[in-house]
Amino acid sequence: MSKELLTVENLKTYFFTASGVSKAVDGVSFTLEKGQTMGIVGESGSGKSVSASSIIRLLPKIGKIVDGKIEFEGKDILKLGKKELLNFRGKDIAVIFQDPMTSLDPVFKIGNQMVEMICAHQDISKKEARAIAVEALKKVGIPQPEKRMDSYPYELSGGMCQRVIIAMAVCCKPKMIIADEPTTALDVTVQAQVLELLQELQKEMNTSILLITHNLGVVWKMCDTVMVMYAGKTVEYAAAETLYRNPMHPYTWGLLDSMPKLSDKVKEELKTIPGTPPDLRLTGTGCNFCNRCPYAEEKCRAEVPPLVEIEKGHFIACHRQNKTEKLARGEGKKNG
Amino acid sequence: MAKQNKMPNKELMGADAHSQLVKRERRANNVWNKLRRNKTAMIGLVIIAFMILIAVFAPLIATHDPNAIKPSETYLGIGEKGHIFGTDEFGRDLFSRVVYGARISLIAAIGGTIVGGILGILLGLIAGYAGGAADAVIMRLMDGMLAFPFVLLAIILMTILGSGLQNVILAIGIGNVPTFARVVRGQVHIVKNEEYCNAGRVIGISNLRMLFCHILPNTISPIIVYATLNVAGAIISEATLSFLGLGISQPTASWGNILRAGRDCLNTAPHIATISGIFILVTVLGFNLLGDGVRDVLDPKMKR
Amino acid sequence: MLKTILKRILQSIPTLFIVITITFVLTRMIPGNPALTMLGPQAPKESVEQLEQELGLDKSKGEQYIMYLKQILSGDFGRSYSYNQSVVELIMERVPNTLVITLTSLFIALILGMIVGIVSAVRQYSILDYIFMVLALIGVSMPIFWMGLMLVLLFSVNLGWLPAMGMGDPANGMWDVLSHMILPCFCLATIPMATFARITRSSMLEVVNSDSVKALRARGLKEGVVIWKHALKNALPPIVTVLGLQLATAFTGAILTESIFSWPGMGTMIVSAIDNRDYALIQGVVLFTAIVFVAINLIVDVVYTIINPKVNYESGNGGR
Repeated sequence: MSKELLTVENLKTYFFTASGVSKAVDGVSFTLEKGQTMGIVGESGSGKSVSASSIIRLLPKIGKIVDGKIEFEGKDILKLGKKELLNFRGKDIAVIFQDPMTSLDPVFKIGNQMVEMICAHQDISKKEARAIAVEALKKVGIPQPEKRMDSYPYELSGGMCQRVIIAMAVCCKPKMIIADEPTTALDVTVQAQVLELLQELQKEMNTSILLITHNLGVVWKMCDTVMVMYAGKTVEYAAAETLYRNPMHPYTWGLLDSMPKLSDKVKEELKTIPGTPPDLRLTGTGCNFCNRCPYAEEKCRAEVPPLVEIEKGHFIACHRQNKTEKLARGEGKKNG
Repeated sequence: MAKQNKMPNKELMGADAHSQLVKRERRANNVWNKLRRNKTAMIGLVIIAFMILIAVFAPLIATHDPNAIKPSETYLGIGEKGHIFGTDEFGRDLFSRVVYGARISLIAAIGGTIVGGILGILLGLIAGYAGGAADAVIMRLMDGMLAFPFVLLAIILMTILGSGLQNVILAIGIGNVPTFARVVRGQVHIVKNEEYCNAGRVIGISNLRMLFCHILPNTISPIIVYATLNVAGAIISEATLSFLGLGISQPTASWGNILRAGRDCLNTAPHIATISGIFILVTVLGFNLLGDGVRDVLDPKMKR
Repeated sequence: MLKTILKRILQSIPTLFIVITITFVLTRMIPGNPALTMLGPQAPKESVEQLEQELGLDKSKGEQYIMYLKQILSGDFGRSYSYNQSVVELIMERVPNTLVITLTSLFIALILGMIVGIVSAVRQYSILDYIFMVLALIGVSMPIFWMGLMLVLLFSVNLGWLPAMGMGDPANGMWDVLSHMILPCFCLATIPMATFARITRSSMLEVVNSDSVKALRARGLKEGVVIWKHALKNALPPIVTVLGLQLATAFTGAILTESIFSWPGMGTMIVSAIDNRDYALIQGVVLFTAIVFVAINLIVDVVYTIINPKVNYESGNGGR
């Protein structure tokens, strides 16, 4: 049996709005191996979350997967029937959303919700399910788990809620967890705890994690591989270590530059990437980043750059970064 | 910076495509255009326009004198002897009465909404803006008034005031004050704490100017929606009062009192009640359709 | 939660007081001399004056108001001259009849309206949704008395299937009771049903498209569970509000419906009271319904805190 758990090939998810077709995800491919963690980084609107939602086929009505293939343990996800899909969601793949407050149903007690989910995927009695739930709450470090079972979500802090959601996610021992910006809505002090918890559970259960974030620091800490997305497309895809050592796409450079570093000299100006991402209804004629790229030239506006493997396991989509041409980081700033 | 990134963006997508998109979006966002694309609102508007035209041009449209009594031709059926809708118990031409009734019914409903609207908006503005004791007194009074079923309140008011068009308008108006006041007050509360109002206070705008130039315009969309839907209710209110014999009295025709007359001869001349009721239903439907449509357009939260 | 409920009860006391005052002011404004009306126009002057004295009409408005307050607080709503019976007795006699048709029709309306609303929301923009919503819109636009007349015309006059007047007698069997109830209930249920359908649909749409429901679906719960258990409970608060309002408007509907179907309830009583200028009865009925209104609002708020635990958490303000 292969090590690959999830394979996504040329995924295209479009949103059909009244004012045009928005190419939210426009040809994304990646693989995730068992027990590994992959990060997807990018600005808001780059298609990270839509990619994740596409994997569990949970898109709003106007969103459609128009092309591509998603395979999970050899199963074609896009061909799953209604019933199989229900078992796939929650049991095979658990999702942790950004805002813990809205991912729990506000009008039901936490215990009820956990028991409900466990019973939906496992053929056991409510009493047994309750025991599993309490155990899971204990595992994620919630004090007085028995008592918490009878709490309503609003009675808990955001961090606690996120722990409950993680507990709920691991109850069914999923093979993979999609964590969609799991710490964005939390206090800084709680963020690290939640991430550590995820890592611990991963080690224990050998789950794969697909971590969606805009925080590169989190990526270095958690991930084995990283995919950088921009305007619905993969711009760079490599092992986390490679990307850390040798980032190559101008957009990745921009992301790295806009990270505040503690080692930086005091009062140094925070760098940003000038401009805004393009309108997703109008992409697809050239490199999507060309309007903000200091290195852009004529070709970048006219032709869509293909994703090429520049060294083993390091993919990049840039006209000016390939086997024949090399950019030096910072070179464009003088003339751009 | 904003300018900087507009430029290259244009280059990326081609100037034409970009300007077209911008144009399309601007056109799409104009309220009137949004309303025009809203089928519900348009059907409603057509119905209302039709009824208003009938009311305005009643003398031209009516085939007979609506009050001319002809004892020899009572209870004629539809289309008999040149009477399009037949005749009523006094031999009056029903078509002409319905046409003239449109005038009275629409004036009563729209007038009542305007009276209630003006009073309610003023009270709501004061309560919402001043807060404190004024708010408490006004709103408790409104709560008290709301505790009476509308028809009951209107019935008592009509008993006090006596029948007649002005009194119907007044009764409907007074009955509508509390809800208008509530809607406006709630809206003022939201708007009052917005950034721009704080900013206005900082630069020292007078209270009156603040109320009428900044707060009122920003509360206007829910008021418009509510008022439109309210006209629908007011048409039914007028009809109800007249139906109970408290509203517009004979011989003046209103849809409500035609219906009242039709009730007494339901067995012999069912068309009288049927036709006048259909006019009420369709007009109310028109205002409800328009109100729904306007709400969809003005309140993006409701639009899906 | 108890604190919130207590607070609401205290809040409704001033409202009640205002209601009593408005009733007093309005009924005193009705033109005509009640004593004269009671005794008839030919009554001798002395007996009219004597009756005025008995009723306290010769006293100042202020004194009358105090007297009236005392009466109300002791549960005395006065005496109806046209029925020659105490107003409280009359109301108690009639209320059950009105309640039977209003509650039955509201119950039917709530259940059917919610089902229609949910189905419409789940299948937004489908043909079924359009049909339901057009029907609902016609429903809310329906003048209830016209609807009543049309029902009578169709089912009693033309088809002769159902009786158009009065209330059935249990002595004549179940069918007699039921058959008399069908038309009034159908008539009374139409508008609330349409209203429930519309509010349920819009509330459900908001919930169904929320992140909460997305998260529930991601858990792999069955669609039925997501919609009928989770989404519905989240969508309930506006429906409860409307239920409260409809309980209130149902009374308005009842006045008209009863007068069309000659149903011996509060509605026919108030209409005849107005015709007879029976002030004590008008005053009593108006006051009684207003008090019931205030009570209904109170109950709605309490139910609110129960179905939405967050309300009393957010300083009890979220429910309004």
